Amino acid sequence: MAEPLLDIRGLQTHFHTFGGLVKAVDGVSFDVKAGEIVGLVGESGGGKSVIGFSIVGLIDPPGKIVGGEIRFDGRDIAKLDERAMRRVRGREIAMVFQDPMTSLNPVYTVGRQMDEVLRLHTDLDKAARRARCIRMLEDVGISEADKRLDAYPHQFSGGMRQRVVIAIALLAGSRLIIADEPTTALDVTVQSQILKLMRRQVEDTGAAMILVTHDLAVVSEMADRVVVLYCGRVIERGLTDEIIANPAHPYTRGLLDSIPRIADRQHRLRQIPGTVPDIRSIGLGCSFRARCSRAQSLCAERSPDLAHVRGSLDAACHFPLEEAAR
Amino acid sequence: MIKRLLQMMLVLFVVSVIVFLMMSFTGDPVFMVIPIDSTAAEIEQARRLLGLDQSLFSQYWIFLSNLLQGDFGRSYVFRQPAMDLILERLPATMEMVVVAMGIATVIAIPLGVYAGANPNRAASRSIMAASLFGISLPGFWVGMMLIFFFSVRFQFLPSSGRGETIEVLGLRLSIFTADGWSHMILPAVTLALATLAIILRITRAGMMEVMRQDYIKFARAKGASRRHILFAHGLKNALIPVVTIFGLQLGDLIAFATITETIFAWPGTGKLLIDSIYRGDRPVIVVYLMLTAFIFVVINFLVDIVYTLIDPRITVK
Ligand SMILES: Nc1ncnc2c1ncn2[C@@H]1O[C@H](COP(=O)(O)OP(=O)(O)OP(=O)(O)O)[C@@H](O)[C@H]1O
Ligand code: SF4
Ligand SMILES: [Mg+2]
Repeated sequence: MAEPLLDIRGLQTHFHTFGGLVKAVDGVSFDVKAGEIVGLVGESGGGKSVIGFSIVGLIDPPGKIVGGEIRFDGRDIAKLDERAMRRVRGREIAMVFQDPMTSLNPVYTVGRQMDEVLRLHTDLDKAARRARCIRMLEDVGISEADKRLDAYPHQFSGGMRQRVVIAIALLAGSRLIIADEPTTALDVTVQSQILKLMRRQVEDTGAAMILVTHDLAVVSEMADRVVVLYCGRVIERGLTDEIIANPAHPYTRGLLDSIPRIADRQHRLRQIPGTVPDIRSIGLGCSFRARCSRAQSLCAERSPDLAHVRGSLDAACHFPLEEAAR
Repeated sequence: MIKRLLQMMLVLFVVSVIVFLMMSFTGDPVFMVIPIDSTAAEIEQARRLLGLDQSLFSQYWIFLSNLLQGDFGRSYVFRQPAMDLILERLPATMEMVVVAMGIATVIAIPLGVYAGANPNRAASRSIMAASLFGISLPGFWVGMMLIFFFSVRFQFLPSSGRGETIEVLGLRLSIFTADGWSHMILPAVTLALATLAIILRITRAGMMEVMRQDYIKFARAKGASRRHILFAHGLKNALIPVVTIFGLQLGDLIAFATITETIFAWPGTGKLLIDSIYRGDRPVIVVYLMLTAFIFVVINFLVDIVYTLIDPRITVK
């Protein structure tokens, strides 16, 4: 098998806050191959966005990558200096931020902000750049793209701005696209249109994509593989179909059961009880134990390591779920 | 736009009323124009001549209609139109202020951007500490210190006057001669100091706020250079309060460069104002105040236009 395009090993990103050390990402490992879409899922605070920012080297103080490797195309980009990293950002790896309302600079036209990417990363002349921007805007479903290029972000609706941000991320033809909740502000039809576009981009260019989302339905439609995060750790990962059909981790099961479109008939629709604990107060043991119906005394004593369970599934649980009998 | 112009007129009208009332309540100007040994009848006559015997309201009316006809009164002292006196000296003040604002801006903006983008560095802290001196040291003291060092100790720069001037577009200016510059530099620096410190601090505050925004991070994610991010993405968003303060400071320096002009014997309007106040030369003071108000109104208007150039979300009302 070919070497993965992105290979994250034991990534640790911590924040030194006044309230104490927040281990937002604590020993995360997964890989993404070229042409593949990997879904990053988990409840709020799981560390999904922090992983994204770690990859593109945009963790600002008080945060810091304190351990692990981020191997991109064979070299550890977590160790690159700012200058070298600038040549990776936008060109090799593009990112769509979680909050598209605020990602665009209010004092420049949309066209100029799109053009910036092409100016930085291509040798195209002005006319060619403009043509490409127009085509990209049309691709993300913005009509009258030619005119829209000269408008300012405040003249766009929220959904439109989100599409512009996606267009910017796709513009330079990066090899890895990190999309952090790319379709949250969009209605369902537009959402599926955008997702299709993003998938087509991946298929056409052989790029890889990390798709961050709460929405397991989106993941099941889009992703080849899924990484489930909880409190800064990978608690389960594997092929999408397998995870959706038969998760090994109780948390993943809980996530699936809370989604009407996926939960199968045997499991009633229900929310996971309790809430995500404060990362700083987990201490020893499994971070999910307070909410887990299978928890036993071992779960409070030792935190489970990620280990192979069956098929493609790895899970971090002392008592993984059996394959459901059909 | 029309509304805006009317608003500007209204401001000037109100200022004219205030100036007029202020002048009417501060002493009887008739004693400025008559010889000391005048008889009561002569005083009465002078009063009538000056229109001081009429009601306050009709005095104002005369004052206003004269203003509107471009008649701003004559200096009691120089016996020539007060406006001419001021306009004659305005270029001197203006060029000093322009140079001072130039110095302040060119230094303050980059330092403010740096300090705002790297608030925790030692250099930024030093810049901020130094700017506190800039704000709190009184201008006259700075001026005297500069004279002491550069003119007295090292005899390096002249301490007074304007130096050689040449006529450019009908204005006598010294910024086009080397000698003029050597005279200009000390007063301009003195004048610039406080403004420099204020603009620097405002720029820093704005940059600190802006650098936290998502669009800055997004620009970084595009791979833009640090400099481009600071000056193109950051500064432009931090500029609105800077422009506001710039406008206010500009007006302030034009109107009240008095102390600096006095210290350096710079023959500008500020010195004329002081002299006129000493001599009770009311028409000159009135014209001066009206002109100052006018300059402020115009600057404010220009500032509003600049706002719209900076931020597309702002429109001129
Ligand atoms: N700048 C920061 N300072 C301190 N803590 C931070 C910072 N950024 C993130 N964190 C912490 O890191 C943890 C993970 O945050 P992250 O934003 O990655 O979660 P997420 O999975 O993306 O959640 P969401 O679904 O809400 O976007 C959270 O506990 C958060 O409080
Ligand atoms: S380790 Fe224990 S507490 Fe944690 S998920 Fe597995 S069974 Fe539940
Ligand atoms: Mg997030």
